[in-house]
Amino acid sequence: MITERRLDTVDMHINVGPQHPATHGVFRMVLRVDGERIVDCVPYIGYLHRGFEKLAENEEFQEVIIHLDRTDYIAQFNNEFCYLMAVEKLLGVKPPERAEYARIILAELNRIVSHLMFYGAFGGDAGAITPFLYAFRERERLQRLFESVSGARLMHFYFRAGGLKEDLPEGFLEEVRRILPVLKQGIDECDTLLTENEVFLSRTVGIGAISAQEAIDYGCTGPILRACGVREDVRRSDPYSLYPTLDFDVPVGKKGDTFDRYLVRVQEMRESIRIVEQCLDRIPEGPFRTPIPRYPHYRVDPGEVYVHTENPRGDYGIYLISRGGVQPFRVKLRSPCFCNLMALPAMLRDAYVADAVMVLGSLDIVLGEVDR
Amino acid sequence: MIGVLKGLVQTWKTHWRKPVTVQYPDERLPLQPRYMGFPGLIWDQAIGEPFCTGCQVCMRYCPTQCMYVTMQDNPKQAAGESKRRKIVETFTIDISRCISCAICVEVCNFDAIEMTHAHERAGYYPDVVPDLPQLLKMSEDFRAQRGQKPARETRDVL
Repeated sequence: MITERRLDTVDMHINVGPQHPATHGVFRMVLRVDGERIVDCVPYIGYLHRGFEKLAENEEFQEVIIHLDRTDYIAQFNNEFCYLMAVEKLLGVKPPERAEYARIILAELNRIVSHLMFYGAFGGDAGAITPFLYAFRERERLQRLFESVSGARLMHFYFRAGGLKEDLPEGFLEEVRRILPVLKQGIDECDTLLTENEVFLSRTVGIGAISAQEAIDYGCTGPILRACGVREDVRRSDPYSLYPTLDFDVPVGKKGDTFDRYLVRVQEMRESIRIVEQCLDRIPEGPFRTPIPRYPHYRVDPGEVYVHTENPRGDYGIYLISRGGVQPFRVKLRSPCFCNLMALPAMLRDAYVADAVMVLGSLDIVLGEVDR
Repeated sequence: MIGVLKGLVQTWKTHWRKPVTVQYPDERLPLQPRYMGFPGLIWDQAIGEPFCTGCQVCMRYCPTQCMYVTMQDNPKQAAGESKRRKIVETFTIDISRCISCAICVEVCNFDAIEMTHAHERAGYYPDVVPDLPQLLKMSEDFRAQRGQKPARETRDVL
């Protein structure tokens, strides 16, 4: 007589982070696993909280920009862009055309920088070190450009209400023109290195997939949502600045899995290059800043405004309230990473433990922005 | 298998490219003209005193509060040599806290402070807290270097 004997199993908890090399910052998640399968995941955030929103209330409109640089510290120009559009809306000034084009050029180049950073780190998560070196070689060209523009490699503090801090340096546009073909080639090289690699495909295809409806319910934006096949891009759906005049596509994925998120970003880099090329042809000579009375200690009329832009990570929104005077009354940041991260438990359900790092990497979180 | 081979071909091609890495302490890439290092104070050559009057506006607006400034009556004004009634007495910047944001340069009413190219300033206290003469020297050195080419030209790869 054979009696069936079953082993009593207990779900195990695995703690990943906050000081784990694969968590892309100080992020902690507790995985509940049944054997190799993940049953549940609880993300813990807040390790990089610096109280940006409170700090902003005690500083002048101009000074707040330096904290914006430090929220999403891989896409600084994009953050400044969003905040300053909000300030300009309250001030009622319009930046000159040269400044608008310069902002778009820098923001799109910064999108490429950010996606290259993702590319390198994602390859590293999959166990491939080489893509990291390729991506950083390309990224360095742009970082040097940014240094020549703003004087800093990371914390630029270059956009100002009504335009730019100073004009683009001499020969900058020519330099961008020279670099773009090199960059295109570099992105193609990165593409051949990883996109068709069978080992990489087996680690990414079908992993961490969520449906479009689920992604929308969680409030996902940016490449995460587009990978699910939703053609949603703030530059298209709620156009700002001079984006309506520019011609570009919004790449989307099909299945919403880790691989699609990767692919959407690689295609977005090419689209960004297209945008920059158009801007380079159109950028006029002229002033770089609209004069504002009492600059840099300008006074802003009472009012509230919400502005959102398409950051490399998604829909980045600033809700700004002014009660008159030189300081904002309230600055609320709608952080795309934070919302994307909340979909992580849904993505990880029934995945393998080894895939947890890949799925987290595909979200491309920046903890400075999640915790702010 | 084909994808892996394609990647191998790519790495093989890259193997023959010129390296872009710079062996840092021995060779350095030149800094961009706009590079923002740590701030220094500018010396007024015509009169022989700093431009800074010690008005403390930079101290107030510094986001990390790394500056300490005091003001005094200008002895040269009493002697009729200078038009500045007040002049800086002490000026210290805690470089270990400075984030090189250039807000001090932007708010300065007398254009007395500028971002120099000084950046390799790791050290112990009090070496990381330059006082007035050292800050003036930082700016002086920076201005002396500025028109000149960097010591070693970069390879034209980036």
